[in-house]
Amino acid sequence: MKFNSVGQIALVVAVCAYLLSVYFMASPVWMGFTINALIVAVIAQSWNITGGFGGMSSFGHAALYGTGAYASAILQVQYGVNPWLAFAIGIVAGAAMGGFIGALAFRYGLKGSYFALVTLAFAEVLRICASSFDITGGGSGLQLKLEPGIANLQFPDRTVVYTLLLVVVALVMLVTYMIKKSRFGAYLVAVRENEDAARALGIDTYKIKVQAMVISGAFGGLAGALYLQLWLFIDSTVVYGSAVSIEALIGPIIGGAGTVWGPLIGTLGLHLLGEGAKHLLPNAPGLNFVLYAIVLICAVRFLPRGLMGLAALIGTLKTRKDEDHA
Amino acid sequence: MLEVRNLSKSFGGLKAVSDVSLDVPEGSIVGLLGPNGAGKTTCFTMIAGFTQPDTGSVTFRGEDITGMPPHKICTRGMIRTFQIVQPFAGLTVQENIAVGAYLHHHDRREAMAIASQVGKRLGMGNMLDRPASSLTIAGRKRLELARALATGAKLLLLDEVMAGLIPSEITEIVGIIRQIREEGHTFLMIEHVMQAVMSLAETAYVLNQGKLIAQGTPRELVKDASVVEAYLGHGAAARLQDENHA
Ligand SMILES: Nc1ncnc2c1ncn2[C@@H]1O[C@H](COP(=O)(O)OP(=O)(O)OP(=O)(O)O)[C@@H](O)[C@H]1O
Ligand SMILES: [Mg+2]
Repeated sequence: MKFNSVGQIALVVAVCAYLLSVYFMASPVWMGFTINALIVAVIAQSWNITGGFGGMSSFGHAALYGTGAYASAILQVQYGVNPWLAFAIGIVAGAAMGGFIGALAFRYGLKGSYFALVTLAFAEVLRICASSFDITGGGSGLQLKLEPGIANLQFPDRTVVYTLLLVVVALVMLVTYMIKKSRFGAYLVAVRENEDAARALGIDTYKIKVQAMVISGAFGGLAGALYLQLWLFIDSTVVYGSAVSIEALIGPIIGGAGTVWGPLIGTLGLHLLGEGAKHLLPNAPGLNFVLYAIVLICAVRFLPRGLMGLAALIGTLKTRKDEDHA
Repeated sequence: MLEVRNLSKSFGGLKAVSDVSLDVPEGSIVGLLGPNGAGKTTCFTMIAGFTQPDTGSVTFRGEDITGMPPHKICTRGMIRTFQIVQPFAGLTVQENIAVGAYLHHHDRREAMAIASQVGKRLGMGNMLDRPASSLTIAGRKRLELARALATGAKLLLLDEVMAGLIPSEITEIVGIIRQIREEGHTFLMIEHVMQAVMSLAETAYVLNQGKLIAQGTPRELVKDASVVEAYLGHGAAARLQDENHA
């Protein structure tokens, strides 16, 4: 991967250094905190595919996250399906939900705030459904049996969990990178930049947008299924609630939408900020969301291309005169 | 290569295009002229699949493509450009052109190589790495043409690629279009710049208030009384005649 400035390289190195340093920190709090942030980074990358690269801002990525988590939980709790298989089906369920929402919304040409509202509505409807049926455990949610062991996809050792999550995040970023450098990625950006021009140039924009929703759904379902395996418990508010949707979009916007590293950088940065605030003012629950809102407003106003965009301005490297530049 | 038959389109009560038929033979450059609001762009949007015609048919290379979506028409080898240029602002010039090249070349290196080749052919070699948003109007018009060419389309519908250019830029783009035609492309072009139409097009059609009012070589058309009146108003032809005689 090539970066076009010293600033971006420094930012990425700093993030990697932090992620490594977590292994050596004395307090286990850091690892637990970073584990949560890494799961959020996956749903953030999910948002980034559609919102960042494709310019389709969703307010309802919880619909994908919750579907992955619930599909996996229902299969394990109600039908005794093998956790690995249930996990995989959770990803597929997320992808299917993404494709369904996309097919419906784009069939009717929804864009901009209309698309955002429809995704929000989907997430809310799913949240209400999940809290009302027996199969989803109703209001009390679903609890996996505690059966530690690799066969059950439950890892009691925090360090192992952390390492596995790092691998997952790296894989998700690799897939994102491959998308970015592919024909599909170029088409997705073309759709974001100018849909009419894209159509004129032979792009089936409907298909591209639905495909993006499917990939985004797979990432979202993955994040939800990861959350389930980590906490062994979900309910409708936790996985379909709007807090998930907000966290999905805020990381990429702060970090740099439409970049490979932006979602991870933004998510980690925000969570560090929120965590710091919690320690400074321990009696103000929900303060982190107030902070997020302030940061989001500032980012939208002053950092239109996020931290990655800001870093790009620092020590710009001369682009090489060849065919393939980052 | 392209046959348009009895195309009509109304917007509310306004008949923007009525009963337009035209032919574009392979290898030719055909002009589409007419005053502002005549319905030229609306013809393009219907031919290229962006809007459904109320009536009429469009046949391209013997296939009926009426009502087909634009991406399918483009895949078959016909593409339109936009009067109001539509660059992908956040991408570089080369990446813009590559989006066109991806149509038939799925590999990134190939698409980028073709983009650079097409860009150089259109005299944009030194701007390939610049963001499209930094281009002047002349650069953007050229980018429209470059992207369209990169798709490999054989019939290009150009909507006022010369509007807003200074004379030296017009001379350049006329040369480029001529060169592209030599390489086996066909053009249907909307143009207000008469100098360009005169030097490029073999035949031209004139639209006024949605209707075709004349057809012929550009030289014949500038002498045609109905054409002159469409542009300059009722009675203009007679007045010009008088002035010439006086
Ligand atoms: N989408 C639309 N809805 C309503 N009216 C439209 C629409 N598109 C075009 N028109 C009207 O149709 C008529 C023809 O417009 P069109 O853009 O085709 O003209 P044109 O010949 O391309 O003119 P110009 O030389 O100014 O580009 C105009 O009166 C215009 O206002
Ligand atoms: Mg027009």
